[in-house]
Amino acid sequence: MTAPLRQPRLRAGDLTELVGNTPLMRLHHIERGCPGVELWAKCEFTNPAGSVKDRAALRIIQEARAAGLLRPGMRLIDSTSGNTGIAYAMVGAALGVPITLVMPENVSVPRKQVATAYGVEIIYSSPMEGSDGAILLAKRLVDLHPERYWYADQYSNPNNWLAHYHGTGPEIWAQTNGRVTHFVTGIGTSGTVMGTSRRLHELGPQVRCIGMQPDDAMHGLEGMKHLPSSIVPHIYDESVLDETMWMSTEEGWDMAERLAHEEGLMVGHSSGGNVAAALRVGKALAAEDKPGVVVTILCDRGDRYFLPLKWEKHYLW
Amino acid sequence: MATIRIPTPLRKYTQGQEEVQVTGDTVAAVLAALEQSAPGIRERIFDDAGKVRRFVNVFVGEEDIRFLDNLQTPVAERDEISIVPAIAGG
Repeated sequence: MTAPLRQPRLRAGDLTELVGNTPLMRLHHIERGCPGVELWAKCEFTNPAGSVKDRAALRIIQEARAAGLLRPGMRLIDSTSGNTGIAYAMVGAALGVPITLVMPENVSVPRKQVATAYGVEIIYSSPMEGSDGAILLAKRLVDLHPERYWYADQYSNPNNWLAHYHGTGPEIWAQTNGRVTHFVTGIGTSGTVMGTSRRLHELGPQVRCIGMQPDDAMHGLEGMKHLPSSIVPHIYDESVLDETMWMSTEEGWDMAERLAHEEGLMVGHSSGGNVAAALRVGKALAAEDKPGVVVTILCDRGDRYFLPLKWEKHYLW
Repeated sequence: MATIRIPTPLRKYTQGQEEVQVTGDTVAAVLAALEQSAPGIRERIFDDAGKVRRFVNVFVGEEDIRFLDNLQTPVAERDEISIVPAIAGG
């Protein structure tokens, strides 16, 4: 089974055509740590709103409109730690769909500002309750105003993982000419790892697919979920994965720094965690003298996490 | 007594309590007192070198202690101290 790559995006009829079909980049400097194994990363920061979440947001909105669930006059509502919200905001603005986001109050300031720039309504949930608090608040609002809101529910919506089943998965297969041996990425909603892994397993049953999670409930890999202490996303199905890997915040943050210094890739901490996980896979293969083509995801760029300058600190909350 | 607000991932150390009352006149002192009533919580907040972990944010009232005097930031009788983690998932 092969999936044809779309043509390079030299021209677009509208913004939605710029979503997906992202470059796959080889990490020549990082892969020196695992001789004989290739490390490759999907540059999801090249999506128009800057993160891997553009894929899910676009498919969720397109399918909801086609199915008549998201009707004129209704607002899309969802809980988000940021990137999905920005992606909804971008797609919503481009397609004329009003958006309401429920975010924990402590999401990074640039995310709030970017989402606001697209003209969305933001409702804040408690900074002490994390993303689970935002989920519960979004559900309460939908129960109170069912005629006003359509609840996109990225944690349960199959179009989240289907975006990767139809996009990321076949893209990786084509971009590696079917040579991919391992796919590893962190779990947020689990949409990326579920959809991509399902498709890669179909295209190449020998491909090992690995889900990465933070190793502790109290972690700093923003966007990633420690499932043993969280509301487990409905779309998460552990049986799809060949393995689960536990990542410390320090290892992920250090790798994010290395990516900037050594590869020129200034990416977020979740991307650092992903590449650290890919390097672990590569090192294990290299230790056994085995070759491999390991693919992971660069979720977004690091500038989305910058804190405000000191004299701007009143923007923090 | 100052009040420390505990985030969800650390409530297993406080028997599920969202807030803990402690005495102390600096952030260092109230966090030391917190360890007394919630054993084990300290190493989730501090690294081996005794610094607040890079991804943990501590606020006195509305201010991040990084913009104040870090662990030496004074704490008044009715201050509210918040321990805020990063955000997970989507």
